[in-house]
Amino acid sequence: MVSNPTITESQIWDILASVCDPEIPVLSIVDMGIVRKVYLEENNPVIIITPTYTGCPAMDMITMQIRMALLEHGFTQITIRSELAPAWTTDWMTDEGKRKLQEYGIAPPNPSTTPLSEQIIQCPQCRSNNTQLISEFGSTACKALYQCQDCKEPFDYFKCH
Amino acid sequence: MNDPLNKYILHLADNALILAQRNGEWCGHGPILEQDIAITNISLDLLGQARNFYQYAASLQGNDATEDSLAYLRIENEYRNGLLVEQPNIDWAQTILRQYFFSAYQYLLYEKLQASDDAQLAAIAAKALKEVSYHLRWSREWVIRLGDGTAESNRRMMQAVDALWRYTGELFIPADYENQVGVDVSLIKDAWTEQVNVVMAEAGIQLPEKTFMQTGGKQGIHTEHLGYILAELQYVQRAYPNSSW
Repeated sequence: MVSNPTITESQIWDILASVCDPEIPVLSIVDMGIVRKVYLEENNPVIIITPTYTGCPAMDMITMQIRMALLEHGFTQITIRSELAPAWTTDWMTDEGKRKLQEYGIAPPNPSTTPLSEQIIQCPQCRSNNTQLISEFGSTACKALYQCQDCKEPFDYFKCH
Repeated sequence: MNDPLNKYILHLADNALILAQRNGEWCGHGPILEQDIAITNISLDLLGQARNFYQYAASLQGNDATEDSLAYLRIENEYRNGLLVEQPNIDWAQTILRQYFFSAYQYLLYEKLQASDDAQLAAIAAKALKEVSYHLRWSREWVIRLGDGTAESNRRMMQAVDALWRYTGELFIPADYENQVGVDVSLIKDAWTEQVNVVMAEAGIQLPEKTFMQTGGKQGIHTEHLGYILAELQYVQRAYPNSSW
């Protein structure tokens, strides 16, 4: 199969929405706000992505997964470029993404404009606001570790960034 | 290879890589699980910064240079990191203090670097600054906790100050390549000193009044510790040239 001359950018976005974050499989890379731009150059897709954290080891895998997904849809000339500026922020995560995170048991990030001292981190299990920071660094670069003081469950919080 | 911009980028990269490597020695050995994870997360962030800088330097150099060739195939006197980051871990207090001194410096540096005329350096700095603010907050809290903790933790923190203070002066003395293309580090010295004084006062730690400051790292003249770090870091690539994952 060769590149489809009738393909549109929105179809590329649909394909990308099927690529999941390897560390948080409920989120697609579109939900995460990693995909910054998609366009076609002579019917070949060009994808601009941005890393979440500079050292995030998932980024290499995400790049490979994007390539695989597009290859499966018949594209052979695929360009994937990583751009650092403007720096990724959790404010780019979609509302749908935040909802999925909470259902998965990870507290979604607060808006980055909220001052740290005023941040309320809600327990994703029982929705209590009575929670306590255990460690600013969690199981991956993007998460902090909290514990709910009501239901006692420890949980990950996706740090606002 | 020898133009000031290239030297400067390698200086930034080497600082991040060597401290990442040092902190990484704690992996599996941290005092408690959460702090083991914290120090290695910081390593990972620093490694990410180093990769971005090395990739940029490699793209400017051409001649088959890659991020890997720059990290794995240069010897001690080609590394331009400051002496502070290559100092051994010794104990948790020294590890924490090294991180605090460095993060406080790096925060002020990147704050200025994000306004650089060089778009790529500005982008890397703006991105990394968010992460460094975590490193700074975390290490600052630990310096206070240890300094203001038990007699033993206070004693360890004092020992760490004695061991590391002499390597902080160099951070603010511009090397020739910094003078030409980089942030003027002499301009961030006062802000750094002021912050450090506040934190040390809260931690109940007395800083040396006046002391000899060791320099040379930024010019490639290192303490004896760097060679051992590079030996470990570069061993596989030296033993099996061009091997890859």
